[in-house]
Amino acid sequence: MGLANRMAFASEHITSVTVQASEFYDLSRKYRVSGVPKTVGSNGVEILGALPEAQFVEELLGAAADEVPGSA
Amino acid sequence: MALLSTADQQALRDAFGAMTRPVTILFFTQAIGCETCAETRQILNELTEVTTQVTIQEVNLVLEGERAASYGIDRAPGLVLLAGDEKADTRIRMLGAPAGYDFMSLVDAILLVSGGSPQRLSAATEARLAGVTEPITVQVFVTPT
Repeated sequence: MGLANRMAFASEHITSVTVQASEFYDLSRKYRVSGVPKTVGSNGVEILGALPEAQFVEELLGAAADEVPGSA
Repeated sequence: MALLSTADQQALRDAFGAMTRPVTILFFTQAIGCETCAETRQILNELTEVTTQVTIQEVNLVLEGERAASYGIDRAPGLVLLAGDEKADTRIRMLGAPAGYDFMSLVDAILLVSGGSPQRLSAATEARLAGVTEPITVQVFVTPT
């Protein structure tokens, strides 16, 4: 619970906004929320459903540069 | 009528006992067109009845639009969590009434920023976060049930 909140609290560059989908239909429509939880990053990443921490972080932020296979 | 039962109140008192610093919640409201502002106000008031470490500061979204904008809040009810006596921005916001399951999210977030949460991010996540240099806003859409 609250992974995005924990990430925001840990990094000064991350802001977490929890949105009640049923109260703000305009936002739900805009981001095509078909189920919850749905995570939408300002970097364009969208994650539908809950994921374990490691996967959530990788999906949201991408693999760290030095962990990408084949990168220099 | 109270939203929290006596048992709920005791459970919250126990949980909030682990807080090591105060938390201020900025509560952005508007008088017109906010169907859940009243419910949110009641929920927040009941929170302050079980702990003296949580302070609610109600802010009018319309009259103090600049202040709202500085936190990226453009609708009500909007919550912003600030930590410690210095009221440091935790970058944790919530839009909509913190009811049902989301009430526990709010309690969890309060414990987190007050130093009262036993949960920690993994070392791998901490390392990955240290590499983030560009601002990212993460919206998480939820429903109360």
